[in-house]
Amino acid sequence: MLEHFLENGEVVTSVILFGIGLAALLLHKNLIKKIIGLNIMDTAAYLFLAAQGYIEGRGAPIVTDGVTRMDAYINPIPSGLVLTGIVVSVSVTALMLALTVCLYQKYHSLNMDYIIMKMRKEEE
Amino acid sequence: MEFVCNFPFFSIMVSMFSGVISSVLKGKKARNLGVAVNGIVIVLSAATLAYVMSTGESFVYTMGHYTAPWGNEIRVGVLEALTATFFSFVMLLSVLGGMKHLSRELEDRSLGMYFLFLNLMLGAILALIYTNDIFTAYVFIEINTIAACGLIMVRKTGPVYVAATRYMIMSLMGSGLFLIGVCILYTVTGHLLMPNIQESVKMLMLRGEYHIPLLMVIILITAGLAIKSGLYPFHSWMPAAYGFSLPSSSAILSGLVSKSYIFLLIKIIYRVVGKDTILGSDIIKVLFAFSVFAIILGSVGAIREKDIRYMNAYSSVAQIGYVYMGIGLGSRAGMVAAMFHILVHAATKSLLFISAEGLSQASGHTYRIQELKGAGYRSRLAGIGFTVGAFSLVGIPLFGGFISKISFAVAATEDPRKVVLVFIVIAISTLLNAIYFVRTVIIIYTPAAASEKSRRVKLGAAGCTAITVFAAVNFILGLFSGPFIGAIKQGIAMFQ
Amino acid sequence: MSKIKKDYEHTFFGKLERWIAGENDVFYEDPEPMALEEREKKAGHNYLAYLEQIPDVGYSYEKAKAYHYIYRILTVLMGVFIVGTLLYVVYFLPPFGDADNPVNNEVSRRYIEKGMEETGAVNIVAGMILDYRAFDTFGESNVLFIAASAVLLLLKAGDGAKTAKSQKEIGMKEDVILQRVTFILSPMLFLFGIYVILNGHLSPGGGFSGGAIIGGSLILFRNSYGYEAIEQFFTEKTFQNCTLIALGFYCLAKSYSFFTGANHLNSHIPLGTPGDIFSAGLILPLNIAVGIVVACTMYSFYALFSKGGI
Repeated sequence: MLEHFLENGEVVTSVILFGIGLAALLLHKNLIKKIIGLNIMDTAAYLFLAAQGYIEGRGAPIVTDGVTRMDAYINPIPSGLVLTGIVVSVSVTALMLALTVCLYQKYHSLNMDYIIMKMRKEEE
Repeated sequence: MEFVCNFPFFSIMVSMFSGVISSVLKGKKARNLGVAVNGIVIVLSAATLAYVMSTGESFVYTMGHYTAPWGNEIRVGVLEALTATFFSFVMLLSVLGGMKHLSRELEDRSLGMYFLFLNLMLGAILALIYTNDIFTAYVFIEINTIAACGLIMVRKTGPVYVAATRYMIMSLMGSGLFLIGVCILYTVTGHLLMPNIQESVKMLMLRGEYHIPLLMVIILITAGLAIKSGLYPFHSWMPAAYGFSLPSSSAILSGLVSKSYIFLLIKIIYRVVGKDTILGSDIIKVLFAFSVFAIILGSVGAIREKDIRYMNAYSSVAQIGYVYMGIGLGSRAGMVAAMFHILVHAATKSLLFISAEGLSQASGHTYRIQELKGAGYRSRLAGIGFTVGAFSLVGIPLFGGFISKISFAVAATEDPRKVVLVFIVIAISTLLNAIYFVRTVIIIYTPAAASEKSRRVKLGAAGCTAITVFAAVNFILGLFSGPFIGAIKQGIAMFQ
Repeated sequence: MSKIKKDYEHTFFGKLERWIAGENDVFYEDPEPMALEEREKKAGHNYLAYLEQIPDVGYSYEKAKAYHYIYRILTVLMGVFIVGTLLYVVYFLPPFGDADNPVNNEVSRRYIEKGMEETGAVNIVAGMILDYRAFDTFGESNVLFIAASAVLLLLKAGDGAKTAKSQKEIGMKEDVILQRVTFILSPMLFLFGIYVILNGHLSPGGGFSGGAIIGGSLILFRNSYGYEAIEQFFTEKTFQNCTLIALGFYCLAKSYSFFTGANHLNSHIPLGTPGDIFSAGLILPLNIAVGIVVACTMYSFYALFSKGGI
C-alpha cells in the first residue's frame, strides 16, 4: 500500500491538501483563513486533475513538427479543465475577498462568530 | 432537425447575452430587458415542451460541430422542458411580485446590477437543467452560486453581507466536493458527457472494477449538491439568506436555486451513475434519514421563529426535506413525487415570500408575526395569497401540497420497510406545519384596533398579478395534477 | 530581552506568528496604540463596550477558550477523516502516468490525432477549450464577468472620485526608480501579453494567460504613476464597454458556431493553414475577446480593492 502511495505522490498530495483546505474552509473562524482554505481546496482539485492527464515520457499537447500520433503527447483534456477551473476559482476568491472587506468595514473584525454576534446585537 | 429544437439553446444564450448587456444599461431599462427576456424564455420553453410532448422522444442538441463524446451537448426531454418552463415562469412572477419593493429599495445602479445577476442566473439555471455534460454543470453551478450571492447582497447592509458570506462558504464547500467528485469520476471513466459516463459505469460495475472510487464519487457528488441545496444538517445559512434579502430574491433563492441543484442531482442519479448503481448503495438510505430529520426539525425551527420571513425560510428546510425523502425512497414513484413537490414548492414558497412582504408593508414594515394582526384586512390580496400558500403547504385538499403529500404516501407503500416511518413523518409534519401556518393565518385575520383598520396598502398592478397567478397555479396543481404527474412520469421514463 | 521581543512582535514574521495563533487584524494596526479606540469612537462604534456586553448573550471569552480547544481537536479530526477516506480511494485509482489509464481513451485520441485538422489549432488544448468544449469556456468567461460585476457592486465607493480614497490614503507615493523601470517594463509586458494572446492557438498561452499579463502591466503602471495617469485612458466606462464588446462578440460568435454545428450547416469559417497566425477559424478572435475580458477584470479587481473604484 505504501509503495502505491509513493508512486502516486501527486495524487496523494492533492488529496491531503484537499482535506486540509476543506477543514480550514469549514472550521476556521477567521474569514481570511477560510478563503485561504478555499484556495487550497480548489488548487488541490486542479492538482488532482492535472496529475491524471500526465503520461510518462510524453510531450505537452502542442503539435510539433506535424506529428499527430497519440503516443507523442499527454492527455489534453485535464489541462483544459484545469484552465477552466482556475478562472472559476479566481472569480470566487475575488468575490469572497470583497465580501470580507465589506464585513470588516462594517463590523471591524474578521472573526465570523464575533461578526454574527455583533450583527444580532445590532438587530435587537 | 426541426427548428423548435433550437429553442432550449436560444433560451440559454438569450438570457446570458441579456445579462451581459444589462451591465451598461440604466436601472429601468435593464429591468424592462430582464422581464422581456424572461417572457421570451417562457415562450421558448413552452414551445419546446409542446414539441417534446408531441413527439414523445427526447433529443440531443450538440453545442458545436462535434457529437458526444467529443463536444458539449444539451439534452431535452419532457422533464427538462417542463422544469425549464415552470422555473422561468416562477422567476418572472417572483420578480413581478417584488417589483415595487425592488424599485423602492434599490438605487438605479443596483437595480441594473440586480437584473444582470437575475439574467445570468436564469441562463445558468436553464443550462443546469438542460446540460448533458458534467463539467459544464460544474461551471454553471458556480455562475448560479455567484448570482445567488449577488441577489442576496444587492441591498448592501451589514446583516446582508453576513448572510451572503455564510451562504458563499457553505456553497463553495458544496461545489468543492462536487468538483473533486467529478474529477474522480473522470479518472475512472475517462468521459465527461453523461451518456458516455453511464456506459462506462455500467461496464465497470459488470467487471467489478473501481467499486470504491465509484462509491466515493456518488457520496461526494450527492453531499456537494445536498449542501448546496440546504439539506438539514447544512441548512444553517438558509434562514439568514432568505430572511434578510429582498422578497424577490428570497422567492427565487428558495424556489428555484436550491431546486435546480436537486434537479441536477436527480439527473445525475438517473443519467450518470445509473439508477441501479445508486439503489444498490446505502447512500439513498442516508439521504432518507437526513430528510426525515429535515422535515421534523425544519418545522420545529419554524414554530420557534417570531419573524415571518424566518418562518418561511425554516419551512423551506422542511420542504426540501420532503423532496429528498422522495429521492430517498429510491423508487420511480418516489422520484415522481419529489419532482412534483419541487414544482409545488417553487410556486408556493415564492407566493408565501411575496405575500408576506405585502402583509408586512400593510403593518408598518414589521416582520414580527404578532404585529401583523389584521394585516389580512388591510392588504386583502396578500392575505389571500398567504392563506392559499399556507394551506397548500399544510396539505389541505384542493391545493398542490395535498397532491404531493398523497404522492409521497402512495410511493412509500411500495417499500414495506419505510412505509410506517413515512406515514408517521407526514402526519407529524402536517401537524407541525398546521401549528405555525394556521397560527399565522389566524393572526393576520384577527381584527386589529380600529385606528389600524383604515391603513390600506396597495400592492401595485405587478404585485397583484403575481399573487393572483401564483394562487391560481396552486389551485391548478391541486385540481388538475394529472397532466403534470403524467408529464413527470413520461420525463423520468425518458431518462433511462 | 523584553525589548527585543517587543521589536520582534512588530516585524512581519512576528505578526505572521501572531496571526497564525489566531489573533485578528495584526497586519492592520496603526502606529499609535490608541488609534483603534479613536477610530471606533470616530466611526460611532465602541469596541470595548461590545466586549463588556458579550456575557449577556451567553458568549464569554473563558467559555470561548474552552470551546476553542474542542473546536481545534474537531477540526483536526475532521481533516484527518476526510484525508483518510480520500487516501483510501486513491489506493484504488489507476496509477500515475500510465498510458493505459481509462482517461486516455478515444476522446483524447481524437483531440490529438484529428484536432489540428478539425480546429486548425496547433495548440491542442486551445482547440479543445475553444472549439470542442466551447460551451464550458463560454460559461467560464461569464463566471469571470459576473464575479467582476459583483465585486464592482460591493466595493464601488459612492459617487466616483468624491468619496473614493485619495492616492495618499492608499499609501501611494512618487518613486523615480519605480517610474523609470515601469517606463521600460510596462510597454514590454503589454506587448508580451498581446503576443501570448495572438499566439494562443500556436503555442502555450491564450486569452487567459495573455489577459492576465496585460492586466499585470496595467497594475504596474498604476502603481508607479498613480491612478490619475491611468484614468487618462482607462475608466469605468472603458471597462464596461470593453467587457460588453468582448463578451457580446464571444456570445454571438459562439452562438453562430453552435447553431450551425447543431443544424449540420456549413459555418463558412475558413480554418487556414495550421501554424499561420491567421488560422484556426474562430479561435483567434475568441482568444482576443477572452484576453480583453480577463485583462479588464484583473485590473478592475486590483483597482476596486485598492481604491474602491476603477
